[in-house]
Amino acid sequence: MWQFFHKLGSPKWFFGISTRFAPWFLTGGMLLLVTGAVWGLAFAPTDYLQGDSYRIIFIHVPTAMLAQSVYIMMASAGVVTLVWRMKLADVFVKAVAPVGLVITFLALFTGAVWGKPTWGTWWIWDARLTSMLILLFLYGGVIALDRAINDEKSAARAVAVLTLVGVVNIPIIKYSVEWWNTLHQPATFKLTEKPSMPAEMWVPLLLSVLGLYLIFGWLACVRMQTEILCREQRSRWVKEFVTTGRV
Amino acid sequence: MAFDSFSAFMAMEGHGPYVWSCYAMFFVLMMVMMVWSVRSRKAAIESCRRGYEFQAGKLHGDSIESSSEKSKVAYSAPSAAFERVDVSQD
Repeated sequence: MWQFFHKLGSPKWFFGISTRFAPWFLTGGMLLLVTGAVWGLAFAPTDYLQGDSYRIIFIHVPTAMLAQSVYIMMASAGVVTLVWRMKLADVFVKAVAPVGLVITFLALFTGAVWGKPTWGTWWIWDARLTSMLILLFLYGGVIALDRAINDEKSAARAVAVLTLVGVVNIPIIKYSVEWWNTLHQPATFKLTEKPSMPAEMWVPLLLSVLGLYLIFGWLACVRMQTEILCREQRSRWVKEFVTTGRV
Repeated sequence: MAFDSFSAFMAMEGHGPYVWSCYAMFFVLMMVMMVWSVRSRKAAIESCRRGYEFQAGKLHGDSIESSSEKSKVAYSAPSAAFERVDVSQD
């Protein structure tokens, strides 16, 4: 167990294993996402209440779920940075923060465009929407804070603290539709219950959710490798990799 | 298929502009992010390579200047590190 933990913290080990797995993440993710989107757009039945605008769900729900998951992952990595000083955890936070920002923006954008035909407005200051907007700002804050501090170690600690403080926002997003009376509909997927929609709707949705998560995995691998290469430029294995292409 | 024709598929009973703009935005941003990530990884490898080449060149140059006797050997057997390879940025 401890040996595994130690290995996990080694940038060289991660570089090797992520090089092997990344192509599979990309292929699998693309296949699932494209299948889910095409199925959802062309083959899933029309919603009796919302008509065809509901087809936005096949990208809105995946992005919204991933936006929150990425933040939880970043906060967990923040704990690892603070407690065990593991370099790789900090590499992860820095590599995925911009991805989180883009994904959160997509969730907000698709939500706003879906809101127009469904609620009659692009935006309202309701609990779910506002807490998602705060999540967007948190991602922006993490990126800005990291860029503002030159020293690598202090930047890592400051960023870790910020991600941990921001994590209170996650349960607020999650339960906002239950705690407050909002325009936003309740969760589509719950772990404890069967989905309230027919299988022709939730199966493609599930596929696109899984696909987007896999693509995120690929993005995280590629971006973490970039960060590792920059940091470990002086180590022998990076030199070997750059000259021979092998890890 | 939930639609009778391609035009019905594009129009989506008047909801087409909303649905398609969402998917377009999603596609464009994801593509930009993926291409950007791959490119910055390539750029990082390239900058490492240039750093090593520079270092190798400098070390080699130093040895020629400092020891004139060994310089002949250095000249007769140029190291592989001296060879510059043109690699395009794309």
